[in-house]
Amino acid sequence: MWKWLGQYAKPERAYQLCNTLQPYFAVVAVISLVVGVIWGLAFAPQDYQQGDSFRIIYIHVPSAILSMSTYVAMAVAALVGMVWQWRTAYMTMIAMAPIGAVMTFVALFTGAAWGKPMWGAWWVWDARLTSELILLFLYFGVIALYNAFDDKQQAGKAAGVMALVGVINVPIIHYSVEWWNTLHQGATISKFDKPSIAPEMLWPLLVCLLGFAAFIAAVTVMRLKSEIIRREMHRPWVLEFIKREER
Amino acid sequence: MSALWVGVFKRDIALAFRQKAELTQPLMFLLMVVTLFPLGVGPGPETLQLIGPGVIWIAAILSSLLGMERLFRDDFQDGSLEQLMLSGVPLYQSVSVKVLCHWLVSFVPLLLLSPLLAMFLNLTMPMYVALIATLLLGTPLLSLVGAIAVGLTVGLQRGGLLLALLLIPVFIPLLIFATSAVDAASMQLAYSAQLAIIGAMLLLAMASAPFAIAYSLKVSQN
Repeated sequence: MWKWLGQYAKPERAYQLCNTLQPYFAVVAVISLVVGVIWGLAFAPQDYQQGDSFRIIYIHVPSAILSMSTYVAMAVAALVGMVWQWRTAYMTMIAMAPIGAVMTFVALFTGAAWGKPMWGAWWVWDARLTSELILLFLYFGVIALYNAFDDKQQAGKAAGVMALVGVINVPIIHYSVEWWNTLHQGATISKFDKPSIAPEMLWPLLVCLLGFAAFIAAVTVMRLKSEIIRREMHRPWVLEFIKREER
Repeated sequence: MSALWVGVFKRDIALAFRQKAELTQPLMFLLMVVTLFPLGVGPGPETLQLIGPGVIWIAAILSSLLGMERLFRDDFQDGSLEQLMLSGVPLYQSVSVKVLCHWLVSFVPLLLLSPLLAMFLNLTMPMYVALIATLLLGTPLLSLVGAIAVGLTVGLQRGGLLLALLLIPVFIPLLIFATSAVDAASMQLAYSAQLAIIGAMLLLAMASAPFAIAYSLKVSQN
């Protein structure tokens, strides 16, 4: 069942796959980000309580959701690399790491900017903000470990172990922080959890989510391509490829 | 096979006691960090009681990070780790023995030191009992999970700070549950739920960490 996937363990095939996929991801990302952001920021109705400032949700929620999904995707790539000994899987993992870290940072930054008018403070030790911050630390750990090795093959394996340790910890951290917060501070913050969100607000949000996901995929593919080229510089297929590009 | 376990155990214990400085320095660091807090936040007994459990646990985690590197560093450098890998005994077994030794020589003294720390920070008797219980369940977790990161960084020149960067976020849940157990004890509440969660994390680590440690050592050994 997974045999067809095995061919992409070869860097050359993975590179070709990236080349094929990149335009699709890029087009979907550009279209849905433009549509979703304009729809959300200009045409979606105002929130009856928060007025226009709720509109940051169209950046905040997709980046927060995808920061966690990217970490899980990294762990999946690490597991694939570990089980089937694919170099390209480790390359994919490390291609995703900085993007995930940036998404986490965007989520934290927009959360702080949203928190200022709503809660009256840039930073509160809210459970979700805290676990997002710890997620950022986990990303830093994986990236730092990867960069500490000179041998990138070894670096990928080591960072992969750390990504897997982290992904086991992410749910534990999430629930422990939620528990810590309710134990220590009580519900001083009115949560944003609404029973449901109005459909005319939800649709632009979903479009933005799709746009962010496609954007992450497109950047991952781009970074993976350059990573493959960097590692395989000495291989004949790369030289041939460069000659073909020059022509 | 069990002869090899005993051999590894005896060797590690003997080596640890011949490098007494490496054993005592993290403990002195722990003692000094705990001393800093009353000086920094003021000696009010209520304040100290409030921050005490957190301070002791944070100091324990930080001091354990300082001594953690010792777990595999010397064996890695003098090649005995490589011999252990070639010995035919599955690596996860011998590293389990090594982690057990590490816990015995670095955390049991910490447990012995804990009455002093509790006194410094004005913990009540129920709080101290809870603190001992969380330390007993939680410090093996520090050794087990820490050993994975030590295994990954052992081949690096400057692994020390990186080790802390990798491990601190991973230890956060343990810190939360341990301090909340002691907090609950201070209010005469039941804290068996927190202990049960720490115990569950410990069991998970005991079941999976030895394999992760063995794998990470193989990665480092390349």
